[in-house]
Amino acid sequence: MADLFQGVWWSGYALPALTVVVYIFAITVPLLVAVAYLTYAERKVIGWMQLRKGPNVVGPMGLFQPFADGLKLFLKETVIPSGANRVLFIIAPVLTFILAMIAWAVIPFDEGWVLADINVGVLYLFAVSSLGVYGIIIAGWASNSKYAFLGALRSAAQMVSYEVSIGFVLVSVLLCVGSLNLSHIVTAQQTIWFAIPLLPMFVIFIISALAETNRAPFDLPEAEAELVSGYNVEYSAMAFALFFLGEYANMILMSGMTVVLFLGGWLPPLDIAPFNWIPGVVWFALKVAFVLFIFLWVRATFPRFRYDQLMRLGWKVFLPFSMAWVVLTAGVLIAFGWLPTPA
Amino acid sequence: MAIASFVFYLLAAVLVACGALVITVRNPVHSVLFLVLAFFNAAGLFILLGAEFLAMILVIVYVGAVAVLFLFVVMMLDINFLDMRRGAQRYAGIGGAVGLVLLVEILLVVGAWQLDPALAGTGAAPTPAAAEMHNTRALGNLIYTDYVYLFQGAGLVLLVAMMGAIVLTLREREGVKRQKIADQIARRPEDEVKVVKVSNRAGI
Repeated sequence: MADLFQGVWWSGYALPALTVVVYIFAITVPLLVAVAYLTYAERKVIGWMQLRKGPNVVGPMGLFQPFADGLKLFLKETVIPSGANRVLFIIAPVLTFILAMIAWAVIPFDEGWVLADINVGVLYLFAVSSLGVYGIIIAGWASNSKYAFLGALRSAAQMVSYEVSIGFVLVSVLLCVGSLNLSHIVTAQQTIWFAIPLLPMFVIFIISALAETNRAPFDLPEAEAELVSGYNVEYSAMAFALFFLGEYANMILMSGMTVVLFLGGWLPPLDIAPFNWIPGVVWFALKVAFVLFIFLWVRATFPRFRYDQLMRLGWKVFLPFSMAWVVLTAGVLIAFGWLPTPA
Repeated sequence: MAIASFVFYLLAAVLVACGALVITVRNPVHSVLFLVLAFFNAAGLFILLGAEFLAMILVIVYVGAVAVLFLFVVMMLDINFLDMRRGAQRYAGIGGAVGLVLLVEILLVVGAWQLDPALAGTGAAPTPAAAEMHNTRALGNLIYTDYVYLFQGAGLVLLVAMMGAIVLTLREREGVKRQKIADQIARRPEDEVKVVKVSNRAGI
């Protein structure tokens, strides 16, 4: 038994693999709890904004509501429409859920608290978030239903459009950091959070994040008044739950990205006594919660965009503006000699 | 190293299998999805080579944008696959011959290709060791210094292609009502609202 834990296979392969599995659980389990309580927070916050109480029956202050909802979805029957493409119909929600989870591998929660500290972290996040569209578009096609299909097409066009401006926002942040590594991006904000010098980019990023996650006011893919509920109309039970979890995990992910890129990640707002006693991961969570609150606030406040207005905003306003801002940022960095030196 | 070679053979096998499936499955949507899987495996191979920047760009550009638009178009097409099969059998002979000629040409070129040993190390940019420079920076240094004109030229070619696509699809239609945001914002209450004192039973 003792020599089982010796030799290169243990120290070289098995132990690192086990550690990674433990880390993965340490990230995904709190994440799923956060997703559950995000749905609760959404209903509560919107309830308060609309002078209602929100869920208040299950458990104290309705705190067990998300688990009751989850249990209900778990016990329901999974219906696969007879005209659907069975394999793709099942793959789509699984894909959405997996993509929402794997992006967290590169997010730094605190100094050194990151599963994979890779050099191309930003590109990895961008790649994973651009893949999110596949779950939706496959679901829409495999359902073999016109509402689902229309929702999927809308969503594909919308997500591809807003990715372009997100790309330029990322470029302007990267110019100020000189690295694609997310931990470097956070440490580069020691002196000042990028939300202040790059304020217009911050605003564009938040709006694009709303569009990228198909949230109100850009929730046209699931516009219930026109498309019943869009791409997920044929889904039930756990398949639906996976879409739902994936969507909310994506919201948290985009908030996490906003925090890392613009709000200084795990850094306290001021590096002085009461603030820097609090551990970085708490600051990270607080900032993510703040950005998520903006998501919910926007949903309770704004009416849905019309589709042509959505496209106009993405292509004719955000794209030229963010391109111009990239040029401006580069120009300022060169002119004042502030260009970050390669580490 | 055993794991690295195992992963290589796994990715390579899935890549080749997906490539074959792209051209053999009946349903074009499945075909595009296999193409996406093939791109993924190619990205995995890039990562094994240590070219993580290329891997990410492959996923972002091809999987995240190009293949989505493919899928977009293919899903809306209404193709009769049996007709396409019939045509494929008719042209199989010529197609096969062309493919064979291309294969032989590639083999002749690549098989006989070798670098003059005297030239080794005289390239514009000898590959830096992975430890001292990661490949994003190495690529950037090359593209924006030694090859900047070629890079800009490639950009211009793409720009022309984009303009061509826009010119081909742009059409002006009469009588289409468009929203003009600037006009809407420029409206002032003074221009649009008139306060009229209407005397009783007189109307305006």
